[in-house]
Amino acid sequence: MSFFDYLFLFSGMGLVTYLPRWLPLFYLAHHRLPQWLIDWLSLIPVAIMSALLAPSLFTDAHPRCLHWGKLELLVAIPTLLFSLKSRSMGATVLLGMFLYWLGGLFL
Amino acid sequence: MEQNNHQDHPQQDHSRPQHWFRKGAAAAWPICLGYLPVGLACGALAQQAGLPFWAVGLMSILVFAGSAQFIAISMLAAGASPISIILTTFIVNLRHTLMSSTLAVYLQGVNRWFLSLFAYGVTDESFAVNMTRFRTGEWNRWQALTVNHLSNSAWVAATTCGALVGQLIPERALGMDYAMTGMFISLLTFQLQNWTFILTGLLAGLISVTCYLLIPGDSYIIIASVSGATLGYMIKRRSRKRT
Repeated sequence: MSFFDYLFLFSGMGLVTYLPRWLPLFYLAHHRLPQWLIDWLSLIPVAIMSALLAPSLFTDAHPRCLHWGKLELLVAIPTLLFSLKSRSMGATVLLGMFLYWLGGLFL
Repeated sequence: MEQNNHQDHPQQDHSRPQHWFRKGAAAAWPICLGYLPVGLACGALAQQAGLPFWAVGLMSILVFAGSAQFIAISMLAAGASPISIILTTFIVNLRHTLMSSTLAVYLQGVNRWFLSLFAYGVTDESFAVNMTRFRTGEWNRWQALTVNHLSNSAWVAATTCGALVGQLIPERALGMDYAMTGMFISLLTFQLQNWTFILTGLLAGLISVTCYLLIPGDSYIIIASVSGATLGYMIKRRSRKRT
């Protein structure tokens, strides 16, 4: 692929990435939001985080099927507890990586 | 609004750009740390797929969306057409519509230039970090913008480095594969303020796993977050009415 092939592809990807991030901010920040919408939106972060995370802990990807007790889940439990206690994202990431690495050596 | 009375308390002046930047950087460094292994892996994968390092850097600057970039690289390696890659990127990143809508609650009335600049850096990670801080009330939009753009710089640097030297790092080294998961676990715990949030998280996770198993593709993220939040909202309203 030439420079312009890449530029075309990445510009297209960039545009469809930017628009969903930009439009709601651009529009909603200048309109009074009803209280029910604010209440509903306040629950969106936890729902998104959980939706992103859960399949990687409880399922296999190829093919998609339930998988109880995979290493990702076993490591997630102490990592979650540590994060609740420490409130530090940096330290939590490092601990998770370390435990996952350690678990990989034994399992 | 920015012209506060600088003369009164020059030492405790919290309106100066340096102060915002420092606060923003303090919040952003864990994201940057998390991006390092993920970005290196992403760059290394791109290099294996035949992308030159400058293309990796260009992609990170123009797109700045981790999971979509991973998918695009594997699609490129499989010889997919640009249109199908762009379409997939669009679907994968539709979830950011929800995040931008949520952020709009805290950016009411802010000028549109700022919003346009800010929107570029709305990612899963910066969103969660900024929302946690906005909710406590001690966060302003400049600090949030710093978080967005510092993490973007870290992502561009990490992916480009990955394309250059990623091959030297052995696969699964130091639990690298777990960096993103660890980050999301941590971000999730920051959101758990009371039982409504815990319940919403549990419901969204359950729906997400179910949809992930039943529906091919990435729609499970949007379906689970919208229905999880809606169920949580309805349960909260019902319990409020009863008391």
